[in-house]
Amino acid sequence: MVEFAGWEMPVQFAGIIHEHLAVRRNAGLFDVSHMGQIEVRGTGSLGLLQALTTNDLNRLHTGQAQYTVLTTPAGTCIDDLVIYRIGEWEYLLCVNAANVEKDFQWIREHSGTGVEVTNRSADFGLLALQGPRAQSILSRCSDASLDRLAGFHLARGRVAGVETIITRTGYTGEDGFELYVPSTQAGLIWDHLLEEGAVDGLEPIGLGARDTLRLEARLLLHGSDLDETTTAWEAGLRRFIRFDKGAFPGREILLAQSRKGPERLLAGFEMIDPGIPRHGYGIIYNGKTVGHVTSGGHAPFLRKNIGLGYLPLALAEAGQEVEVEIRGRTRRAKIVKGPFYRRPARTEPVK
Amino acid sequence: MNPESFRYSKEHEWINGEGELRTLGITDHAQAELGDIVFVELPKEGDHLKAMQPFGTVESVKAVSELFSPVAGEVVEVNRDLEEHPERINEDPYGKGWLLRIRVADARSIEPLMTEAEYRKYIQDSSR
Repeated sequence: MVEFAGWEMPVQFAGIIHEHLAVRRNAGLFDVSHMGQIEVRGTGSLGLLQALTTNDLNRLHTGQAQYTVLTTPAGTCIDDLVIYRIGEWEYLLCVNAANVEKDFQWIREHSGTGVEVTNRSADFGLLALQGPRAQSILSRCSDASLDRLAGFHLARGRVAGVETIITRTGYTGEDGFELYVPSTQAGLIWDHLLEEGAVDGLEPIGLGARDTLRLEARLLLHGSDLDETTTAWEAGLRRFIRFDKGAFPGREILLAQSRKGPERLLAGFEMIDPGIPRHGYGIIYNGKTVGHVTSGGHAPFLRKNIGLGYLPLALAEAGQEVEVEIRGRTRRAKIVKGPFYRRPARTEPVK
Repeated sequence: MNPESFRYSKEHEWINGEGELRTLGITDHAQAELGDIVFVELPKEGDHLKAMQPFGTVESVKAVSELFSPVAGEVVEVNRDLEEHPERINEDPYGKGWLLRIRVADARSIEPLMTEAEYRKYIQDSSR
């Protein structure tokens, strides 16, 4: 067990690699109740959230989810989050555990009339069911029509008889679901899913594999890969920044970076030489330290050693060779674009 | 489950064998604490190890750990299999997961190391 943002969480159950491969091959169940939930409702909710985030909420219909960033006036990242449009004037924000209080205060400070901001973190438990067998497992435990639920959409339905919000989202690079459940019922649903999913190879997954899975899928971790010292553009989140939506904090700075190119960009790399890059290690080019590893480690499915780090723009190009300083020795790595791991295409399209 | 005939160090290495040629590895307790081992960095044949000095590293998914030689000696063989299969250390720490064979500089330097019973007690005491 390890303490994380005030929560006691298991690092591993059967072992990190075993759990990682279980999610890639079959399915895994994560208790991510530490994640925070902030509810924003009222006729002013769209305007408030639109004015604080980088992505365009006008594109988000009821029943949909959107990945976005809360930015400072400097365009740096207060937090990255997923916003769910639960109803016409009702949004649910899923934010990082360490940032709940900060995000909540920030949003509340900016709210005017016609909007109610509530920290609902204590009310919700959050379970993530991820992997190629996730749908088949959940369909046996739920009345929701999951084959009609597309990626980044949500449905209301019962799981193990309990009313939940089921979203087709996750943090593993696999197909899967996240279940927003009453916190008092989370244990019951956890047990029920594990029991029902056993025949499909469902396993409980700890924090360790959660981190290796998200890194292999090149999903960012706030506090490591992006924070209030890095802009959303530098973090490579251009797909989630919409300049045509109107004003939001840091818009002009991000726009300038999009036009001129930022000085540095978050790059993914894989090791050519043996050695495991880890958070904080120097990235070297021509004998000079040009950046640091923000996330790094062994990728169990790919059987490669991979990492992320901010590099001068000219070096953040696919195929570029750099070095990582591992305990006093430089080891070669090369820049790669896109996710390290991409799941195989679905065989059956969503109806 | 630790072999009776082996000797053990406080840094959780074991040493085994008779005479001047000995085999060295990490204990079952050490591999369990580290978790899935994914990378091992070992010295070369001919390198000289100093007692209680780091000679390499073993990395699991979650952590890096230095390896300390329980005694001084010269490396005569390195377990090359670990380059491709570091998980052997998890699977069989006292067998296929061995690290080095060394020519011990002084056979008497083995004597102060812990016996199996002493090591077992050492782990129990340190986990309290």
